[in-house]
Amino acid sequence: MDALATYALRLGDDSLILGQRLGEWCGHAPALEVDLSLTNVALDQVGQATHFLGLAGAIENAGRDADALAFRRDVMDFTNCLLVEQPNGDFAQTIARQFLFSHYQALLFEQMARVKDERFAAIAAKALKEVSYHATLASDWVVRLGDGTEESKARMVAGLDWMWRFADELFVMDDVDAAAIAAGAGVDKSALRAEWDARIDAVLADATLARPASRRPVLGGRAGHHSEHLGHLLSDMQFLQRAYPDATW
Amino acid sequence: MVSAVTVITTTDRISAVLAHVPDPEIPAVSVLDLGIVRDVSETRVLITPTYTGCPATLAIEQSIRQALDANGYANVAIETTLSPPWSTDWISDAGREKLRAYGIAPPPKGASASALKNNQAAECPQCGSSNTEELSRFGSTPCKALWRCKACLEPFDRFKCH
Repeated sequence: MDALATYALRLGDDSLILGQRLGEWCGHAPALEVDLSLTNVALDQVGQATHFLGLAGAIENAGRDADALAFRRDVMDFTNCLLVEQPNGDFAQTIARQFLFSHYQALLFEQMARVKDERFAAIAAKALKEVSYHATLASDWVVRLGDGTEESKARMVAGLDWMWRFADELFVMDDVDAAAIAAGAGVDKSALRAEWDARIDAVLADATLARPASRRPVLGGRAGHHSEHLGHLLSDMQFLQRAYPDATW
Repeated sequence: MVSAVTVITTTDRISAVLAHVPDPEIPAVSVLDLGIVRDVSETRVLITPTYTGCPATLAIEQSIRQALDANGYANVAIETTLSPPWSTDWISDAGREKLRAYGIAPPPKGASASALKNNQAAECPQCGSSNTEELSRFGSTPCKALWRCKACLEPFDRFKCH
């Protein structure tokens, strides 16, 4: 795969894995409204993944469509960031993951909606409308849990503390990003960090929470170095196509 | 005196077919009412999805295909575009009335660009009261939020401004 196809693949993998994770909440969320919210967000993410993976397959031009890329790759070929593959944990941990990721995705798509490559710009402009809902949902819950009871606050703090170490990876730039920018499709993610910090800090202040302590960032997702968790997620997600190749509805 | 002569073109006929293709999730409105159909020519129908993850997108394309085929337009292609992204401002006035009659509070026209778009009180589709509250910003489908009327106490769906 060339750099531009890989760039689309990374975007698709982020959305796909987060969508699959959120789908695990279906029927298990603490309240009906939350169940609806998390599964709606999951649906949006899977929809975005379909577009980005479809685009990756089209650029690659080797006969792989979105389904082939989603269901016929092994764990080391996945290029998602480590944040999205983190297990759901409790509700606060899920919200922490969503909070950090949705604000990143919103900033990313705000910029990508303006790139020269119309294929990337069109998906980003469309997805941005949905992602701004996700960021609002997650922020609202960070405030409710953080500024809630002693128990909810402790859980929100613990959730953020776990997810925080995976935030730096979102803004790391490499050769693939540079090539995508040169091709008129990519975004300088490192330039998003200051605004992301500002948005995160504003919500944390509302939630009466302190920013988690900095710790050594965990990196590697873009290069296929994943946690053990991703393999388990894929074994569930890919089961049907692995067991019954080419099965259709 | 100039007498007007109405010429019914092929695109008019195709549009008439599309006016009878219902949205699979909200059958009270057609794909034309919802603004999903962006352009009609003699050779192709251009459509756009509402939400990227909306499961109805595929069903909508299949329904349009079936309707075109059944009315002798098998040679008319269906193409999909993502840009510009679909907005609730494209829902027709007739579509808004059909939504209301169906029990779904329609999005205010021209409100999708407003910062207050989903915070303004929705009008209860049952009793017309504006004394309503949001129960959940996410509802039974991606396009709807769950609201409740504090006057008649009925819950209702609100079509989200998008």
